[in-house]
Amino acid sequence: MADTGTNAETVTLTIDGQDVTVEKGTTILQAAEAMGNRVPHYCYHPGLTAPAQCRLCLVEVEGAPKLQASCVTQASDGQVVHTQSEKALTQRKGVLEFYLANHPLDCPICDQSGECKLQDYVHAEGRKRGRSREPKRVFGRDDFGGDVLFYGDRCVMCTRCVRFMNEIEQNPLLTVVERGNRSVIDTFFDEGLETADFAGNVVDICPVGALVSKDFLHKARAWDLDHTPSICPNCSQGCNIDLHTRDNRVQRLKPRTNLDVNQHWMCDYGRHRYDWMNRGDRVEAPLTRAADESMTRASGWNEALEPLAGRLDELKGAEVRAVASPFASNEEMASLKALVDALGGGQIRYRSPRTDEEIPLPGFPTLVRRRDLAPNVKGAEILGLTRVGDDAAEGGLEDLDDFEGILLVVGDELADQPDDFGSSAGLFIYLGQYPSPATRTAHGILPISTHAEQEGTFTNHGGRVQRFWPGTHPPGAARPGWLVMAALRAHLTGSAVPAGAAEMFEEAARSVPEFQGLGYPHLGTRGAVINEPVKLPGT
Amino acid sequence: MAYPYRHEKETPMLSRGFGDPRTRTLEGWKELGGYTALEKALKSSREEVIEEVKASGLRGRGGAGFPTGVKWSFMPKEKKGPHYLCCNADESEPGTFKDRELLRWTPHQVIEGCLIAAYAIQAEHVYIYCRGEFFEATQVLARAVEEAYEAGLIGKNILGTGADIELTVVAGAGAYICGEETALMNSLEGRRGLPRVKPPFPAAVGAFGRPTTINNVETLAAVPHIINRGGAWYRGFGTEKSPGTKLFCVSGHVRRPGNYELPLGFPMMELINDVCGGLRPGRTLKAVIPGGSSVPIMSAEDCETCTLDYEGVVECGSMLGCASVIVMDDTTNIVKQVRRMVDFYAHESCGQCTPCREGTQWLSRILVRIENGKGTEEDLDTLLELGDQMTGTTICVLSDSAAAPVASSIEKFRDDYLALIRRGERVGAA
Ligand SMILES: Cc1cc2nc3c(=O)[nH]c(=O)nc-3n(C[C@H](O)[C@H](O)[C@H](O)COP(=O)(O)O)c2cc1C
Ligand code: SF4
Ligand code: SF4
Ligand code: SF4
Repeated sequence: MADTGTNAETVTLTIDGQDVTVEKGTTILQAAEAMGNRVPHYCYHPGLTAPAQCRLCLVEVEGAPKLQASCVTQASDGQVVHTQSEKALTQRKGVLEFYLANHPLDCPICDQSGECKLQDYVHAEGRKRGRSREPKRVFGRDDFGGDVLFYGDRCVMCTRCVRFMNEIEQNPLLTVVERGNRSVIDTFFDEGLETADFAGNVVDICPVGALVSKDFLHKARAWDLDHTPSICPNCSQGCNIDLHTRDNRVQRLKPRTNLDVNQHWMCDYGRHRYDWMNRGDRVEAPLTRAADESMTRASGWNEALEPLAGRLDELKGAEVRAVASPFASNEEMASLKALVDALGGGQIRYRSPRTDEEIPLPGFPTLVRRRDLAPNVKGAEILGLTRVGDDAAEGGLEDLDDFEGILLVVGDELADQPDDFGSSAGLFIYLGQYPSPATRTAHGILPISTHAEQEGTFTNHGGRVQRFWPGTHPPGAARPGWLVMAALRAHLTGSAVPAGAAEMFEEAARSVPEFQGLGYPHLGTRGAVINEPVKLPGT
Repeated sequence: MAYPYRHEKETPMLSRGFGDPRTRTLEGWKELGGYTALEKALKSSREEVIEEVKASGLRGRGGAGFPTGVKWSFMPKEKKGPHYLCCNADESEPGTFKDRELLRWTPHQVIEGCLIAAYAIQAEHVYIYCRGEFFEATQVLARAVEEAYEAGLIGKNILGTGADIELTVVAGAGAYICGEETALMNSLEGRRGLPRVKPPFPAAVGAFGRPTTINNVETLAAVPHIINRGGAWYRGFGTEKSPGTKLFCVSGHVRRPGNYELPLGFPMMELINDVCGGLRPGRTLKAVIPGGSSVPIMSAEDCETCTLDYEGVVECGSMLGCASVIVMDDTTNIVKQVRRMVDFYAHESCGQCTPCREGTQWLSRILVRIENGKGTEEDLDTLLELGDQMTGTTICVLSDSAAAPVASSIEKFRDDYLALIRRGERVGAA
């Protein structure tokens, strides 16, 4: 930091007594944030333009007569900024007090409570007691259409929601009506947000409980939720998300910032398809077919795997055909591939739903609700799986009706199949989550966990390999599919069982050229693109 | 002449045509020497025009008093795309009614000033943004613009000099905030009338994202006179730092309220007692707001020695603003008057900035309570602190303007507040 100002691309300023060097064009607020100092703000959001209207991010800049809005004031060389000076704190305390003059303070019944920026800032910097003795303004509630409910009295008029619809979705369905203290967010006529495709994001960016999700309404308190980084499984875009869970159930999906994939956003289609993660009709214990054809619950994994491995050994040399779900992780697909290879090789196929419609986000057009409505179609392609079936993910399994070899099915793939599916197979193993009529003839039913319950990676449409983490516990004895298949393979070949998903990925990376050089440590929480030089953190 | 009333101490320059219907027509205006300044300007260089206006010392009449020639010189010298001129005719400040008269009596004077300014800053288009409620004034202006177009004074190749300047009259929809320069530009563009964050300033990024100069009607109306007779002549009126004449809009408790054109530096008491005929019989002066509702209130003592120029009023604790002198005699309930002003700001705040949006309404509610005899002394401290919290913290100065009369009235008329608080008794009747 000695060569202050000599580099045209960066500037060095002092914030609260500490020097910080940032790229030219960075605002004071961003520079402060880079050093871990959060200046309170409402209207500023990193994904939107900054109108500097909430007046909460005021900081003292030496030499400036007035406090400056740090969200629009650019950092410059030699600037001396005080975010915590008495003047700055006093002014921000004043601004905060104004927010409370009309706020209903209905925290006990507000969904935002616990993750509310008004609570946070007032606790951090506000007055102990507000001074207003006047009656409060009342707007009431409004159904904004779609999943969005508006509690007007809680609104802090930051206009983030309006700007999201204008700038990012570029479908200006929200606006501010009236002016002054009568200003209120509204939709045009009764149209509402019904026709929007990304409106759920306005709930996320609303700093208070003014915009809330109908789906989540009164479902859980924010402080009871655990957040687990994950990947949206609902299309091949691979938006980074967090699973918000409580009581071992996924309560909602929220976008997680990844500037390369989805910025701060996700689509409504993806956001609202999580119910299946909470399905109760799960296979909970390994089942094997006894000599008398009845299905019996194995007393443990080894008891289930041993006889199946024995049968596989007996059938060695028989043709192998496998079906995998495009919701399976890279690790599961790779483990299946390794198992099939151990059995002498065979065709692995997958089916995936596909729509005609792509739904791009105009303000960030590389975020598109993709046509492939499954997360790991690209991973399947890379691992050499063959796509079969139609756009409804049906058909493509007709040849299995009289197939007499070894049949492996991984994932929830048989819902459309009749109850005599696989009845001709010499050995039919179903590794999945849900029982269905078509699993009735299986010789082994092995419970595996969903993506919400395990660690793994998906490869998105653009070849970005991204990690996800387990947010819930699998039911009963269910285990990650890759582990079950690796254990089965170990029984057959004596190979070592990978100690975790990371090792499973490493094993795959050794044989799959596209994955070479990739590993969990470099994937981090942001992922990495195949065939692109890996940027290690700090380089 | 019978325009409501003329006083012999007036120095009519801009107001020369007031009350004379002929000056509304092109012919009548030309008889008074109209459009000769335009011709003169178009035959000089742009720099010469700007220099002349600089030499005159003309200061913006919209309220801030910024030197006009200097403002024009902020425009890019080298033109890389369209430049615009906005004429601010949104006049809505309580107490102000001068621009309306300039528009409805002397529309050509304003048009001529606009064209000269447009030429000086290389603007190809002038927008005159009229307050929405100015039905008559806007019609008179629009008619004059048509006439000027027909006579080749606006449009292509003006007076055969090769200059091309278009002019459009735009009617606002009735919002005080659209008089703030950048809100005006947003409104002009068809957006909500919200003041913009500065920087960037209009001379860099103004209307339609292009370099723009914005001036008040009265400022632009003075320009033809300066071009015709020279900056030095203009300096013959007024004071060293506040040259020229000014339209004073006097309202309130005087016998002859109205518009009076006087040289800057004119003594306030002489304006009230002589020009305006004094107070009504038996009344005494209580307070004066010298520059429209946005400036601090003055007590009668403050007014004694006050001269009406930019510096003179500041010395006496207020600001000249747009020289709208609101006179209040001893029958005035100051708290009520202040509350009414604050209500105005609460109604007109655009609502972007939290201190202004919430603060204006909060102030108003406290004042109503005090007015109704339900206030406490702590309320006065709260009012002052809220005022502090509203000052210097927002995008435009509407917020500061709302706080100013509250703070100055508590400072100067605390007893009026205390009387209401302590005895629930009103001081004054009005
Ligand atoms: C809230 C607000 C309202 C304003 N209203 C007016 C107005 O009605 N007319 C006007 O000329 N200037 C108004 N102004 C001042 C303008 O922003 C601007 O300074 C002026 O038009 C510049 O012209 P001048 O340099 O000729 O004075 C207002 C300013 C503020 C903050
Ligand atoms: S509803 Fe929420 S996001 Fe929209 S302006 Fe109000 S506080 Fe901001
Ligand atoms: S675009 Fe695809 S990945 Fe992103 S949220 Fe929508 S469905 Fe999920
Ligand atoms: S100070 Fe008031 S009027 Fe001015 S921009 Fe802010 S909210 Fe709008």
